[in-house]
Amino acid sequence: MISQVFILSSKGDHLIYKDFRGEADKDAVSVFFEMVTALSGDQPPVVMSHKDLNFIHVRQGGLYWVASTKTNASPFTVIEFLNRLAALTKDYCGSLCEKSVRMNFALIYELLDEMVDYGYIQTTSTDILKNFIQTEAVTSKPFSLFDLSNVGLFGAETQQSKVAPSTAATRPIMSHRSEQGGKNEIFVDVVERLSVVIGSNGVLMKADVEGEIRVKCYLPTCSEMRIGLNEEFSIGRSQLRGYGTAVRVDECSFHQAVKLDEFDTYRILKVCPSQGEQTLMQYQLSDELPCAPPFRLFPTVEKDYGSRLLIFLKLRCDLPPKSTALNVSVTVPVPKGSLSLSQELSSPDQTAELQLKNKAILWSIPRFPGGAQLSALFKVEVPSLSSASLLEVGPVSMSFELPKQTCTGLQIRFLRLSPTQPGMSQRWVRYVTHSDSYTIRI
Amino acid sequence: MPYFGSEETVKDLKRALSNPNVQTDRLRYRNYIIRVIRSMTQGLDVSSLFMDMVKASATVDIVQKKLVYLYMVTYASRKPDLALLAINTLRKDCADPNPMVRGLALRNMCNFRMPGITEYIQQPILSGLRDKASYVRRVAVLGCAKMHSLQPNTEIDPSMVNELYSLLRDPDPVVMVNSLRALEEILRDEGGVVINKPIAHHLLNRLKDLDSWAQSEVLTFLLRYRPRSNDELFDILSLLDDFLHSAHAPVMAATLRLFLHLATAHPAVQADALLRVHGPLLATCGSASRELRFAGLCHVQQVLRSQPALYGNHYKRFFCGYSEPGYIKFRKMEILVELVNDENVALVLEELKSYCTDVSTELAQAAIAAIGRIGRTYNEKCLDILTGLLALKQEHIASAVIQTFRDLVWFCPKSSVAVCKAVEGCDESLQDDEGKQALLWLLGEYGEQISGAPYVLEGFIDSLKVELCSVVKMELLTAAVKLFLCRPAEMQDILGRLLHYCIEEESDMCVRDRALMYYRLLQSGVDETRKVLLGPKSDPSMTVLTGRPEEPVNIWASSFNTLGPLCGTVACLENTSAENSVQQLHSAEEKDGAEEFKLSPPEQTLRTEAIEEELSCIADAAEELNLTMGPPLSHEAFERLWLELQVAHQQALGIPRPAETLETLQAAFQLVKIQTLAFTRTDAVPWKAYMYSRAGGTLILAELLQGAPEESESIGNLLVSVKQQPENQQAIRSFFSVLTNVLQTLSSHGSQN
Repeated sequence: MISQVFILSSKGDHLIYKDFRGEADKDAVSVFFEMVTALSGDQPPVVMSHKDLNFIHVRQGGLYWVASTKTNASPFTVIEFLNRLAALTKDYCGSLCEKSVRMNFALIYELLDEMVDYGYIQTTSTDILKNFIQTEAVTSKPFSLFDLSNVGLFGAETQQSKVAPSTAATRPIMSHRSEQGGKNEIFVDVVERLSVVIGSNGVLMKADVEGEIRVKCYLPTCSEMRIGLNEEFSIGRSQLRGYGTAVRVDECSFHQAVKLDEFDTYRILKVCPSQGEQTLMQYQLSDELPCAPPFRLFPTVEKDYGSRLLIFLKLRCDLPPKSTALNVSVTVPVPKGSLSLSQELSSPDQTAELQLKNKAILWSIPRFPGGAQLSALFKVEVPSLSSASLLEVGPVSMSFELPKQTCTGLQIRFLRLSPTQPGMSQRWVRYVTHSDSYTIRI
Repeated sequence: MPYFGSEETVKDLKRALSNPNVQTDRLRYRNYIIRVIRSMTQGLDVSSLFMDMVKASATVDIVQKKLVYLYMVTYASRKPDLALLAINTLRKDCADPNPMVRGLALRNMCNFRMPGITEYIQQPILSGLRDKASYVRRVAVLGCAKMHSLQPNTEIDPSMVNELYSLLRDPDPVVMVNSLRALEEILRDEGGVVINKPIAHHLLNRLKDLDSWAQSEVLTFLLRYRPRSNDELFDILSLLDDFLHSAHAPVMAATLRLFLHLATAHPAVQADALLRVHGPLLATCGSASRELRFAGLCHVQQVLRSQPALYGNHYKRFFCGYSEPGYIKFRKMEILVELVNDENVALVLEELKSYCTDVSTELAQAAIAAIGRIGRTYNEKCLDILTGLLALKQEHIASAVIQTFRDLVWFCPKSSVAVCKAVEGCDESLQDDEGKQALLWLLGEYGEQISGAPYVLEGFIDSLKVELCSVVKMELLTAAVKLFLCRPAEMQDILGRLLHYCIEEESDMCVRDRALMYYRLLQSGVDETRKVLLGPKSDPSMTVLTGRPEEPVNIWASSFNTLGPLCGTVACLENTSAENSVQQLHSAEEKDGAEEFKLSPPEQTLRTEAIEEELSCIADAAEELNLTMGPPLSHEAFERLWLELQVAHQQALGIPRPAETLETLQAAFQLVKIQTLAFTRTDAVPWKAYMYSRAGGTLILAELLQGAPEESESIGNLLVSVKQQPENQQAIRSFFSVLTNVLQTLSSHGSQN
């Protein structure tokens, strides 16, 4: 059972504090903050104890979400609860940051009051909570040029207005009383996280994909939704279906509310989505990628005359020509004592800088079209350069996002709401792959 | 946190709240109340507004009501007389036709933490228990627990307890779980809610209707139930089977814990459960939430203690992601070290090698230490990597490598040749104290094989005046004297200078005393010094102590899915309050220790069962003398204590070693609460075994020795040496009698066969 729940900003300001059982002091908040800021890098911070009080916290949106307990509770439960609290806050307030929590603290108190009683979790389901939550969310709309781009000349419908703006899914779910109301939308996102290690000889050493299908629902009522996956989708090794390229995952688990009676034959998930965000399905694929890894690197590292190190990188994007990778950043560790960097990059929108604190070069590429090849030459000044220093260059790590791409090849064939919603209801399916960790050894 | 101008703020708020114009404007009124709550959260004392807030509670606006209640609950204990004024409104709300209002009022009324409140809330709670809205019943049930906590010493009302037990059959799942929780709190002094067979099966059957939070909590409550028969046990296990694969990590973990607990006597079932849950557990290790990942990793570590082979094929899942925080990377490296086997060793080492040049020095050093740990088994590969790292000539890397070398040669003396070759000429790159100490130790220990050793020491001695760390100085003294013993010609002059400096000019007492001691030792003759300093080194037969045996699942099963594994140490777990069920479990397990006995692998069970009966009477005796195992002692801790303590008692038993297998021996000792830590191989001469037990507040360490070379007359008979901390002769006597009894029983049994 939970004694207290509190939310602190990264500077230690009290944003939310609720004491459920009256068995611990309010001083606990400052005790916690002192402890968490005094931790050194290698100490595990998730669980900390002070006298007989245990603090468990998660960090989300730059905030500390903390629960304290006097019992030896299940860590999985408390961590999941805090994550769920953060997710609900995001659902109700639209976004997760210090500002939104500050502005909506009355709403969060109301949520907490219904979620937990006397330290015992009562419910966290949006369906139930929405009956009790009365406070309306306050949102601040940041001014953005992207909003203007959706307005066509003289109100004409442009190509872009058919694409959901990226901010569409970051608004509060309870907005039906505000002016935005009436916009019945449902988003189905297939999100995959890729973690890859490529050996120095270019061989794929490790490739894991963790994926999930998320539904974010703004429909006030929704009876049943049917989501059709690829028919050749298979789980495990034994169960390959059909000919051609199968879409395979190793393990797969579903949300409690998902009905699977048509899954075995037709690969259809049936669910009655509740308002807010839910993860319907989680899956993993390990040690195997159905497609080529998205990036290949051809590095050359050599010692120039004097104390200069030459790093020549050729980076190839193996995505299909129509797709693009966004926000690609490449981190190349350099030897200790590196002083300065001069670079030759192939286009002006790329940047590269030497981060002395991390002793690494950060090369960022905002857009990287599939099939393209980029090269960069870095000259690093290292006064104490020896042949052993070359060992310190590498491994290269990359981070990127691949919109409209899934590595497993999982696709959503169709999305049907039954019975069909009266009025305007818009359905969106989005795919994205993030790099969890993409490491290339040199 | 006092804020500047806080009194002004409170005055302003008070003025605004009592302004009739504000009171009539709903939105403005509510906004001022929100400001009060905001100040309260920030730590401002706004309790002086209590009267105005009580007035504000009489409203139809539910949002305003909720805010005012939040305020009142916070300050009720400080202003009990004013809080009573609010009771009337609250009691009126408890009879409101809207169940939401009823529930809200009742919940907040019960949250008033002040002594006089009970007489006002008793009636609403009792009627709330029979309310037709489940929302109100949920609140009322927990209200019973709150009421009890307000007056903990009064007698428990049996009619209320009965009512709560009957609410376990409530159609609403949350009411049911809340009743369990309330009963648990009310009956805490009597050992908590009673889970008998009908209740247990009722809970199991309702499990599917509950949400994941309630499921994991009910599963924890079920830990208290013990099935009567094996049939019932397997029925329950098959009911639980689906939940092992739950997508919710809390449910999966709670189910696994219950599984392991129920199947205490069936190791094969436990192993099977662990095997089936490895997928979901791995999934939590790759979860998007870092904290959940960390919890998953800590629990994987626990599983590995018993089943190291389980995750061997999944080693790649424990490679560190580059953006992961340090604390996750450290856990992953610890796991990788455990997972190493012949097939994956090359790839794991390559991965670890790439961490060695990480920006974070702590991470780099941990990676180097991890390679060293693997080096105890896969010697050559690791030595190559470590030697290669020295070429980088970076302080923190060189220091970690030298420390790793020191630990490595201690465990596998055969690697000393390669280490000695690598150590030459790396002294310039060492700056930190730990690294220097390690280097000096190596120079002293293996000075014969390192040609430049005296010159390195000379360098140290020349810079002695600027050396600040006294431990380094002491290590330097030891190394110089040791080196002098094997290379006197080169060292005599250097050692003289060192001793002179340390005795005449050094200000640190410890260093001076150490120098004086060596000086006097040398005065008494070189042979004497050699005898003292170059005595027997690490005993190769002790290597068994370093290899970690597979622990039975039951050792850690009770701390699975608790905060213990995340805190990292056993001590932490003990500190957490005693009220929880884990401790009850511990005591329950200790009571029927005989069940632990069945844990030994099946082929031995038959063999040992015959002895079991005879042993059980000794076990009874052991209980009288209060031998206990207590918290487990690690191998490292045992070794440290063993080397520190003096022999308290030594005795030849006059009994030969029983001819049983080592596992039987170990199981037999466990039954009488003696934990065995290490054995030499059966055919080794001399044969040794190390064990410990606790009695009367002392820790007893013992060594069994057979066939010690110097005592030829006693060959075949066992010699027992006991060390103890703190001393307690009576405990030793009882320990001896139990030990002799066991050995006699075992050997007489052995001879019968």
